[in-house]
Amino acid sequence: MSPTAPHPAPAPHGTHGSPEGDRLVGRSVRRREDPRLLTGRGRFVDDIALPGMLHAQFVRSTVAHARIAELDLDGIREVPGVVAVFDAADLGLADIAARLDRPLHEFVPTDMPILARDRVRYVGEPLAIVVARDAYAAEDGIEAAKVRYDILPPVVSDTAALAPGAPLVHDAAARNTLVDVAMFATEGIDDVFAAAPCVVEVHTTTGRQNALPLETRGAVAAWDAKEDQLVLHTCTQTPHQVRTVAAACLGLDERAVRVVVPDMGGGFGQKCVVGREEIAAAAAALRLGRPVKWIEDRKDALTASFLAREQRYDVRAAFAADGTILALDADVVCDMGAYSCYPFTAGIEPLMASAEMPSVYKVPAYRVRGRAVTTNKAPTAPYRGVSRPQYVMVVERLMERAARELGIDAVEIRRRNVITEFPYTGVNNITYDPGSYLESLDLCAKVLHDEGWYAAKEQAAAEGRHLGIGYSCFSERTGYGSTAFAARKMQVVPGFDISEVRMDTTGALTVTTGTQNHGQSHETTMAQIVADELHVDLGKVRIHQGDTERITYGWGTFASRSIVVGGSAVQRAAAKLGAKLVALGAHLMDAKPEDAELGAGCVRLRAEPERTVSYERIAEAAYLRSNLLPDGIEPGLSATASFDVFDDGTFSNATHGVVVELHEGTGRVEILRYVCVEDCGVAVNPQVVEGQCRGGIAQGIAGALFEQITYDAQGEPSATSFMDYKVPTAWEIPDVAIHHLETPCLFTTTGAKGAGEGGTIGAPAAVLNAVNDALAPTGVELDSTPITPETVQRALESRP
Amino acid sequence: MTDTSSRENHLLITLDVNGEQHEILVEPRRTLVDVLRHDLGLTGTHVGCEHGICGACTVLADGKPVRACLMFAAQAEGTALRTVESLGDGCGGLGDLQQSFTEHHALQCGFCTPGFLMLAEGFLAECPDPEPDEIREVVAANLCRCTGYQPIAEAIGHCAARRLKEK
Repeated sequence: MSPTAPHPAPAPHGTHGSPEGDRLVGRSVRRREDPRLLTGRGRFVDDIALPGMLHAQFVRSTVAHARIAELDLDGIREVPGVVAVFDAADLGLADIAARLDRPLHEFVPTDMPILARDRVRYVGEPLAIVVARDAYAAEDGIEAAKVRYDILPPVVSDTAALAPGAPLVHDAAARNTLVDVAMFATEGIDDVFAAAPCVVEVHTTTGRQNALPLETRGAVAAWDAKEDQLVLHTCTQTPHQVRTVAAACLGLDERAVRVVVPDMGGGFGQKCVVGREEIAAAAAALRLGRPVKWIEDRKDALTASFLAREQRYDVRAAFAADGTILALDADVVCDMGAYSCYPFTAGIEPLMASAEMPSVYKVPAYRVRGRAVTTNKAPTAPYRGVSRPQYVMVVERLMERAARELGIDAVEIRRRNVITEFPYTGVNNITYDPGSYLESLDLCAKVLHDEGWYAAKEQAAAEGRHLGIGYSCFSERTGYGSTAFAARKMQVVPGFDISEVRMDTTGALTVTTGTQNHGQSHETTMAQIVADELHVDLGKVRIHQGDTERITYGWGTFASRSIVVGGSAVQRAAAKLGAKLVALGAHLMDAKPEDAELGAGCVRLRAEPERTVSYERIAEAAYLRSNLLPDGIEPGLSATASFDVFDDGTFSNATHGVVVELHEGTGRVEILRYVCVEDCGVAVNPQVVEGQCRGGIAQGIAGALFEQITYDAQGEPSATSFMDYKVPTAWEIPDVAIHHLETPCLFTTTGAKGAGEGGTIGAPAAVLNAVNDALAPTGVELDSTPITPETVQRALESRP
Repeated sequence: MTDTSSRENHLLITLDVNGEQHEILVEPRRTLVDVLRHDLGLTGTHVGCEHGICGACTVLADGKPVRACLMFAAQAEGTALRTVESLGDGCGGLGDLQQSFTEHHALQCGFCTPGFLMLAEGFLAECPDPEPDEIREVVAANLCRCTGYQPIAEAIGHCAARRLKEK
């Protein structure tokens, strides 16, 4: 296996396509989304303005935990411009209920009310919706709310939540535990630890973060009297799931709800769960008979939207003297905040960590306990990577710690442990499809050697400077199908996707997919797949997403599923349409279907390829001259196909190598070099894959070094603006050198694996390891993130 | 209830946006970005934080990048404003800066993009031959959550180089 050749030259925007043989998959085709987004003609949810539209904001709890003694909204109604205000009793909505099919000792069901009824569980929890003539007046209205609280003691950390006698966030959840699973207790694992020559431990915490799409959440809801239907424009990664919840909460038939997704300014997981505010806005619109818009402001986005990432790991690993890992024993606690999110539940993080922690290594014995605890903080949602940034960091720390104890090189110890023979079924009962774990590691180390960073490190040490080199080696399961999600025992099981490909009378193609682009370039990459399948110009293909009336069904975009599952559904539907085109084309040439095949924009005879009939002529027959159709072929040209993954998905993999310098005096961690060797199988559009890598790495670095939402002892969030929540800029995020390896996926026609999350997964581990390498002379080792300047400075000062 | 649309609390102002004059009645507290987006329908300028950090609302005022969320519309009277809608080749196609952005995949979701475009447009007008570090510093003025910034810096550098070559 070797790095792929340099990418072919990019093709321009969709006007030129690929004639037959000149495949578009694998080429950095220019993005078809770009022209509108570059000219200000994108249409995001806040760009929607409907006649008579009103604007909503929310009265939110100012305390972390309390019974609501009195909610007096009368003053709000007096505020100029305010049209209405509703609390939970006024709207009478059903709660959002996320469930796992697990016994009570493993999963405690809790519901999330749309508006708090009698009790608030975090600062920012919505109590009432204020609807006004404009957003200014709505905010004026909020100021006039009078709320009297009977304060309850808040639970503001996972350790406090689990402490004996802790106050309960939900009365039903003893010890504040929503999920508690013990898995994979390999027989004899305690004996392995007892006998092992080397046992290392890592105790890690990771900070609470915000996925932080630049576009905050928002919705515009309106009743369409002609269609007898609620139209909910909302920026969601999962439109059909929002429809299901909206219908359930509002008591409507699902038919009577249409969810439409405009352009989206990012999501990263925060928008793949159903938000209570979008449902409340819809309820207000129904009550008032007028369109209602809600746009979350940044303060609410930072404090009251879905947060992420806060976890604790207490893990030990046993190693043989030669560095071979013998056993892994882990206790994982995830601080999920106040509520379970729909559809994933609070199980999303502990179940991911528990199922997949052995990572890219041949771990023969494994035991894990995974817990989700509830606290008086804003609830969490999956965020790009979902537990993998954390457990990869833990496992990579274990590797480096064992390497240090055993006197083995940090790269070498990984070489001795990575999976090299595929398919490999792990101790966690997951079967890993072929990847380039060893090859990516070797190439990444070679690049840093060849670029002279090891020599630079020695030189720096001689000058009293602190350079360090760190790695992370990891995989990323992509294309989770329904069996994988069912294994998590979700009651609502995501997985498949459905696509329709339709040709019009001019031969142009309309393609639907249930995936939901929010920056991933699906309008381009999915079109590349269809254009190749049907041998048409890219300009003939238009991808449509994000409208539950137009899209048969889908599970949206999360878990790096889109190109694997959605891309395969698109390809299958196109192939099915291709078969109909062949049958019709053959008939128009008085030939048998088996004697014909698809050519460039035409059907041709295999034996006489110069005899062709164009798609336009076939389409004309299918629609405008159906008298020409043979018996048994229906008019029209469309095909629908679905795709699901019935095995363990497909694993992308990568190695990241990072060089840092620690600055004495300020404790600043400067990233001098970042190298990523990635393998996502066949890259449908290499430039897009590189974009996913770079953006993911930037978010991983953000978590490793900068971002953290903290709370004081009363549960008051301390980060309420970008002045307190440090989102890294171009100063902090380095350029990233990307090298590609290509181990094709065996079950996708394109050979593509998912590529959405790897960057975020690998970056924290590599950065932390590099910092620890630079700190080696001090004897201090850091295991937690964010790595603050203060921590680094103290460590530097502690050296002998 | 008093009627907020009563004109007493409002100011009649004239804004010069993309070469067009707009006479509008606004509340004194109404921000420039809200007027551009919701009163004038120029929704290309976006709102990311409303406190001047993210830069998604960056527009040009007399050629200089400003945060339209930090200005009241009334403060913008008498300045020549330019928004992302003014960029382009004049025939609905992409201008050279926009072209450079798409070539370098300098946008993914595209939400921060108009802010970066106006920031770069103002910067390149003032500094047509920038050093890489100067570009990096300017790019650091705004937030992007998708790209990791590298392609944005590359796109701006490439556009500058192309302009110099064509001079």
